[in-house]
Amino acid sequence: MNMLKKFLVVLAAMTMSSLAMAQTANPAPAPVAKEVAQPVVATPAAATPTDAAVPAEKAAAPKSMDGSLPGYVPMRPDYENSVGMPKPKEIDFQEQFSDNGQYAKWINNAILLPIITIISLFVLGLLLWVIVRFNRRANPTPSKTTHNTFIEIVWTLVPVLILLGIAYPSLDLLAKQFKPAPADAVTVKVTGYQWYWGYTYPDHGGFEVVSNMLKNKEDVAPGERFRTDNDGPQQLAVDNRMVVPAGVPIRIQTTASDVIHAFAVPSLWFKLDAVPGRLNEKSLTITKPGVYFGQCSELCGARHGFMPIAVEALPPAQFAAWVKAQGGQMPGEKAAEAAAPAADGATPPAAATPTIAAPVAAVTK
Amino acid sequence: MTTIAATGTDLHAHDHHDADHKPGFFARWFMSTNHKDIGTLYLIFAIFAGVIGGAISGLMRLELAEPGIQYLQGWASMMAGKDASMDEAYHMWNVLITAHGLIMVFFMVMPAIIGGFGNWFVPLMIGAPDMAFPRMNNVSFWLTVVAFIMLLGSSFVPGGTGLGAGTGWTVYAPLSTSGSVGPAVDMAIFSLHMAGAASILGAINFITTIFNMRAPGMTIHKMPLFVWSVLVTAFLLLLALPVLAAAITMLLVDRNFGGAFFDAAAGGDPVLYQHLFWFFGHPEVYIMILPGFGIISQIVATFSRKPVFGYLGMAYAMVAIGVVGFVVWAHHMFTTGMSVDMKMYFTAATMVIAVPTGIKIFSWIATMWGGSVSFKTPMVWAMGFIFMFTVGGVTGVVLANGGLDDNLHDTYYVVAHFHYVLSLGAVFSLFAGFYYWFGKMSGRMLNEFLGHLHFWIFFIGVNVLFFPMHFLGNSGMPRRYPDYPEAFAYWNGVASTGYAIMGVGIIIFFINVVWSLAAGRRAEENYWGEGATTLEWTLTSPPPYHQFETLPVIK
Repeated sequence: MNMLKKFLVVLAAMTMSSLAMAQTANPAPAPVAKEVAQPVVATPAAATPTDAAVPAEKAAAPKSMDGSLPGYVPMRPDYENSVGMPKPKEIDFQEQFSDNGQYAKWINNAILLPIITIISLFVLGLLLWVIVRFNRRANPTPSKTTHNTFIEIVWTLVPVLILLGIAYPSLDLLAKQFKPAPADAVTVKVTGYQWYWGYTYPDHGGFEVVSNMLKNKEDVAPGERFRTDNDGPQQLAVDNRMVVPAGVPIRIQTTASDVIHAFAVPSLWFKLDAVPGRLNEKSLTITKPGVYFGQCSELCGARHGFMPIAVEALPPAQFAAWVKAQGGQMPGEKAAEAAAPAADGATPPAAATPTIAAPVAAVTK
Repeated sequence: MTTIAATGTDLHAHDHHDADHKPGFFARWFMSTNHKDIGTLYLIFAIFAGVIGGAISGLMRLELAEPGIQYLQGWASMMAGKDASMDEAYHMWNVLITAHGLIMVFFMVMPAIIGGFGNWFVPLMIGAPDMAFPRMNNVSFWLTVVAFIMLLGSSFVPGGTGLGAGTGWTVYAPLSTSGSVGPAVDMAIFSLHMAGAASILGAINFITTIFNMRAPGMTIHKMPLFVWSVLVTAFLLLLALPVLAAAITMLLVDRNFGGAFFDAAAGGDPVLYQHLFWFFGHPEVYIMILPGFGIISQIVATFSRKPVFGYLGMAYAMVAIGVVGFVVWAHHMFTTGMSVDMKMYFTAATMVIAVPTGIKIFSWIATMWGGSVSFKTPMVWAMGFIFMFTVGGVTGVVLANGGLDDNLHDTYYVVAHFHYVLSLGAVFSLFAGFYYWFGKMSGRMLNEFLGHLHFWIFFIGVNVLFFPMHFLGNSGMPRRYPDYPEAFAYWNGVASTGYAIMGVGIIIFFINVVWSLAAGRRAEENYWGEGATTLEWTLTSPPPYHQFETLPVIK
């Protein structure tokens, strides 16, 4: 534990201060924090962006062992159909729950996979034919042929044509993936930390949800929250999920505070590096409510394998309820309304973890 | 192995001077300037490094055989000499993957295929008495040895969360700069500097030798394809490695001298490092495979008793692969957040490489077509290479698609792909070359039965090991993970079984080598018969200490 604390101090020192971005820093990952059951939330109480350092903890949030909040109960993942998670013995891609994902999976399974299988089997067939027909016993006198311009042109041009056939849908897919999200899309800023994720909702009050992997019951201290099947499979379950609305465009922005991470969800065909000093952006529309699991996909240090991702897509109304439960507000609501009650009971103790509230606070469209 | 050349008979004791006089043991093996001795040293070194790198992958497959962490903490405790925390255990995992990658790339494949076979057979094939710069050749080898010791040593000093460098072989910033405190990463980087310098010196040596020391009549367009492949590889080394050297020097500056090349907080950019690294890294994969192409071409022609089909196409396909290989690097970075135009360009450019590669595959088959093929051990390995490289190649076409890579990037699909082109491609070509030339190098023939047995067990093993990784990647298992959800357990278990099978194959290989060196049949000059037409087959096995004192004339 001591080692860990020392390390966290170093980590905090290394955190890049010049990144002018929202960092609700509770650097302590789940196993360390005692009161971790409640999501760490900072509601911007500041009226002006410059006055940014007013920490605001949600004092009223109840301590729960299952991640539930007033008006929000975490959705149970669909184990029966392996939605959003890998299936045992699977050889194919996970079922896709975004339009681009379904298209991409189709391109692979309907176009590329048959082509590469046929090419491999064709080469194998030729080799087997050589073994049968041109072994020393069957063909004692070798031919002297060393050139055949026609066939050389054929085996240059045919691959070119095949590649052109692949290139068309491939570039089309790229164009679709890069279609920018509409202006009113829900924005989630994903920040990678060593070794957990932070999800900030700049359009909804700028609160940040800190998401740590949940350990099994036998691996946590008594009283601490542990993983149940309701949270998700081992290695994939997290305490606080990234909650988004289903069926509407989402704008996902990624960045990191220490080293490079990568935000990846296989069932949404989504992977985007989280690079310190950069803000990457990609749009995503999740077609169905559900829980979709992913894992960090860029080597980021010791616990690289232990900072999973869980995206929970909810119908828009339930999403709005979740936002309320987090102390945020939907775009259009007045910022002050939400900010005032939060600020009420939020006089943090002097020794509280330093929390920097989002300077981008309540700028609504 | 050290007695390889010493056991040879000293034929060709030429009349004019004492050129065949061999120096004493220390001078011969530690101050060597003879290309054949240096080639032998490189091969011994590569085998040694390969055993270490392969053992490390064995540790990895052992840990991954079942979900959960079973061994890592114990190994980390052993390394540290005290009880290791879980974080130190996880760090140990990163050290293992880093060491496996760096060792196999820089200290196994490259020394074996360029330093070993290149040194041995480029001068022999072009009719030259030695390399152009024999002393520089020696420097190259010993720099590689020191580099290797430096890399191994880095595992015993602090590297951040635990002992050793846990940055991955790609050494991405800022994990490798602000993310890894302690001397381990500095040592690993310096090891790369030395290995890189050794390779650059080697590249200069090969280019000079091939351009200036060909025997009379050996025009560029008459050179054996193995020489062509080493020539193209040497140019890739010469152009790519300085970029790596620059990139990792910048890492050292960032780490130790207050630099901020890759530090976003001070105006740098972590992604710049990736561009520099992969500008080296992509040509690097061709550096590892092109000499393999050359070896396969020699072997296929020899055992088909036919000249290579489409010689010029084969040679210039390698040139094309080398040239295009320099303009596709960012397909390793599809998820870093690049623009759509860049992604489209790198998708298209990458797919272009499939064309010259296809030319090579089909030309090898055309060489066998109509031939009178004997399936001796080297030929079996070569045919295995052609099929397995095709499988690795076509998954490369899948990964080339930037849109698909959004899912496959950094998953086991990528691991499967590059092991099919390296572990089943480059390594198969290494074994093919070893079985092909062992008699020439040592004067003793390897056992055919054991060779075939080695092939089949190894072939089955690596396929059971690596093919399921495609499935794992498809269903989303990320690379560089010491643990995984239950759902990935089945194929991981299969893969680990494959490792064990492969291990048995390797043991048979070593039995074969030891047995053959001690009691193998003596090799005559041209033990493969009329299909073997290159110049090394005109010499004794092993060749005289100094060959071609009277230059051969090629008609």
